[in-house]
Amino acid sequence: MDDPLVIAGQSFASRLVMGTGGASSLEALEQALRESGAEMATVALRRTSPGARGSVLDVLDRAGCRVLPNTAGCFTARDAVRTARLAREAFQTDWVKLEVIGDDRTLLPDAVELREAAETLVDDGFTVLPYTNDDPVLARQLAELGCAAVMPLGSPIGSGMGIRNPYNLRIILERATVPVILDAGIGTASDAAMAMELGCDGVLLASAVTRAREPAVMARAMRKAVEAGRLAARAGRIPRRLYAEASTPFEGLADLDGAQAGARPGG
Amino acid sequence: MTVVVNGTPTEVASDATVAGVVAGLGLPVSGAGIAVALNGEVVPRSAWASTGFGERDRLEVLGASQGG
Repeated sequence: MDDPLVIAGQSFASRLVMGTGGASSLEALEQALRESGAEMATVALRRTSPGARGSVLDVLDRAGCRVLPNTAGCFTARDAVRTARLAREAFQTDWVKLEVIGDDRTLLPDAVELREAAETLVDDGFTVLPYTNDDPVLARQLAELGCAAVMPLGSPIGSGMGIRNPYNLRIILERATVPVILDAGIGTASDAAMAMELGCDGVLLASAVTRAREPAVMARAMRKAVEAGRLAARAGRIPRRLYAEASTPFEGLADLDGAQAGARPGG
Repeated sequence: MTVVVNGTPTEVASDATVAGVVAGLGLPVSGAGIAVALNGEVVPRSAWASTGFGERDRLEVLGASQGG
């Protein structure tokens, strides 16, 4: 596997992690997951509904995606920990995307409850991937607590506003001791590419694909954007300059007017 | 005896078990993809067959749904 994403010793060829929320149908979701190339996708835990047709788990299985249970909808550490333990029972995995929300309008994380839940779950043997604020101090603390990755937001969940604070993200990345996965806020392919160009190890997104007019097409765009962004980050971008720097040498320029001195720069 | 299953008061036999109620919902008896909380606490799959109920116990039967 060339350049895999490694989380807690597990290698993934794809650096795109998909959320499954917001898809209009399981068929649309399956197509999108296949086109995305993702190898891991989140699911939520909710009351079973009698007579539900098909299962999101079957869709993930057919699309070749590992299950990453989340704790979406939890507002306290206590709720998130109980939900993670239930998810471990249901899906037989100790991986969890830890979400502890502080506010149902912004869906921003509650830093205090998030830390407490992360600590409890790490102690309980979970592989914890916390959805966090783009706060370098909190990200560092979560890594120190033993989280397997940190997943800072680019902007609020479902907002499609992209990466609003690339400088905070840079600080998180410069000091990261675990993989950093940009989670939330991606609106379109260039946002995902930017996350990767900034140096993120991966991108997690849902709405940008599932709520696009053509989810499967956007999934493919995201796959390519994440790959392109990663390659660009590895290749190393050129420095930004205020003035032009000619890419074509002046040396050997033809003297068409017979006036050797008068050559003007070209592009 | 009344047990509140996913928010709905449900009549069950006095010797009913978690395993029986899960099966009665048409869910796989293997429990694959299902988790159960009784009065807010996780009941491991291995204990479903031996876990009974008290009057007005709250049983949450949970499975995967799209999200995140």
